[in-house]
Amino acid sequence: MEQTENVIEVRNLEINFHTYAGEVKAIRDVSFDLRKGETLAIVGESGSGKSVTTRSLMGLLAPNAEIKRGSIMFHGEDIIKKSEKDMQHIRGKDIAMIFQDPMTSLDPTMRIGMQIAEPLMKHKGLKKKEAIAQALEMLKLVGITNPEGRINDYPYQFSGGMRQRIVIAIALVCYPEVLIADEPTTALDVTIQAQILDLMKDLQNRIDTSIIFITHDLGVVAGMADRVAVMYAGKIVEYGTVDEIFFNPQHPYTWGLLNSMPTLDTESGSLSAIPGTPPDLLEPPVGDAFAARSDYAMKIDTEQEPPFFKVSDTHYAATWLLHPDAPKVTPPDEIVRRQTKFAAMQKPEAPIQNPSTKE
Amino acid sequence: MRKYLLKRIFYLFLTLFIVATVTFFLMKLMPGTPLQNEAKLTPSEKAAILAQYGLDKPVWLQYFIYIGGIFKGSLGLSFQFSDQAVSYIIGSRMGPSMQLGGQALIVGIIFGIILGAIGAIRKDTWADRLATVLSILGIAVPSFVLAILLQYYLGLKTGWFPVAGWSGFAYTILPTLALAASPLAETARFIRTDMVDVLSSDYIELAKAKGLSKFGIVYHHALRNSLIPMVTLIGPLAAALMTGSMVVENIFSVPGIGEQFVKSILVNDYPTIMGVTIFYSALLCLLLLLTDIVYGIIDPRIRLSGNGD
Repeated sequence: MEQTENVIEVRNLEINFHTYAGEVKAIRDVSFDLRKGETLAIVGESGSGKSVTTRSLMGLLAPNAEIKRGSIMFHGEDIIKKSEKDMQHIRGKDIAMIFQDPMTSLDPTMRIGMQIAEPLMKHKGLKKKEAIAQALEMLKLVGITNPEGRINDYPYQFSGGMRQRIVIAIALVCYPEVLIADEPTTALDVTIQAQILDLMKDLQNRIDTSIIFITHDLGVVAGMADRVAVMYAGKIVEYGTVDEIFFNPQHPYTWGLLNSMPTLDTESGSLSAIPGTPPDLLEPPVGDAFAARSDYAMKIDTEQEPPFFKVSDTHYAATWLLHPDAPKVTPPDEIVRRQTKFAAMQKPEAPIQNPSTKE
Repeated sequence: MRKYLLKRIFYLFLTLFIVATVTFFLMKLMPGTPLQNEAKLTPSEKAAILAQYGLDKPVWLQYFIYIGGIFKGSLGLSFQFSDQAVSYIIGSRMGPSMQLGGQALIVGIIFGIILGAIGAIRKDTWADRLATVLSILGIAVPSFVLAILLQYYLGLKTGWFPVAGWSGFAYTILPTLALAASPLAETARFIRTDMVDVLSSDYIELAKAKGLSKFGIVYHHALRNSLIPMVTLIGPLAAALMTGSMVVENIFSVPGIGEQFVKSILVNDYPTIMGVTIFYSALLCLLLLLTDIVYGIIDPRIRLSGNGD
């Protein structure tokens, strides 16, 4: 893949939470890039640190969080070093966010037009009237029918799907460079989910924004993302393009995730779950954090942390299984099936991909 | 909305009727008579006076005569003040009471909101703890204790404010402060709890994500949402003020309704007791009705109109 401009570069991020029980090491040495115009999905189960990671990009960590180490570069400046006042100028203007539950993320006592207009008045210095006029345009863009008639309505007068469209309108009204979507469809029913995802893709093209899409739903990822990072216990364990993660996964945790997702080929009764629970991040385990739940764990997994091994230029995974000396293991049947498909896909497509990579 | 209002007004009158009935019979159970120098009167003089005021009739008949009077729009004549109409007494003493009550409510609510908001925004800091201590004191210390302390220290010792009486704004300050303490404390506690809740809600998170300043978030989003439940507190606060005013008005010799009420009870001035009670009840009922209407105006979700859900 050609090297495009990075909008955000996160390097060696470590975040701890101070709690009564001790220091919870929520983010442990996370690095990733967000490229211009792409959608990066961060996938992982609850508590894997995906939300904390993105909150740090907004400077919206809880008061008991402490950034131990690392940097978040945005426009050549480290966001971590910025003051609250400076962050206020970035939030909602350059980096915006969509939240999980549209039923509770709108102010129940403010007209939606005003809620959409607020960032414009704050960041672009618009007068109320101009801001409301732009809010109306935004309502049209996110597909609210009869926007003129509804701009003065209150949130309770809208359905969940419509409210999420309004939340999207608020996030995009200043045409941010980066949009962070924190499980934006989790609280919606499936048909509405599809509509919201289509809307987000459509708007991404129109206003040319990069999206960080957080989810635990791999089905959503497949249709939405360009690249995927899989997080487990505060670390990224594997990242690559959508095809690479879905069809050529290398980390046993990614295998487990894919194996627990139903597909059209899934035979009835063969859906599996990952046994066990994620580790306690008060005392993160030594070595590969997933070892305790993995069928493929080796002795070294409990002793030493695996580095990232390169699978391709765009695909890396942190598992000792990729070490040249590691024994060859056979992944679960479902994964083998995917990998065969991947190998078949690679060959005919190879000549088409080559010209673009030459530059 | 109109139907709702009519219904509420009907209930208002029903409530007042019940209050009048209960008060009437309770009052008759009080010991003593309205006669001041009972011992010096001959039985025939006594009988003549009682007959003049209709007190010789059976209690149930007195009750019907009184209620009948109310329906004709009359609260009767005072025993104590050479046959002044009770409505006139209430009217002439309403000014000071309303002024004190109003001032105390405004001072209490405004400073209560500020104190509560500081507590919520600076949660778990020394400012929050100070605000909590102040509001606990405000609730725990009765208004008459505070009134006497204010009178002694700010009135007598320093001479900054007049000790008692009623001739100008300066005279209203100490009684207002004494009265305001309790609503201030109640408001502060209420707002703090409420705003802590609101500040941790998702829409405040979204407001932060918009890049709004701390002040902008509190002013545009948190305050309004915290104030809505606060409106329901205004009714009970007003009730507390009325009872507080009886004591405070007496301590500061304010010629208000509360002071009159206490005097009337001491001399068994039946028509005045009844009149003031009904007046207080009516005021409270009206305030509660007003509260509900205001609630609808500031919270769009419960606006009583056809198109809401």
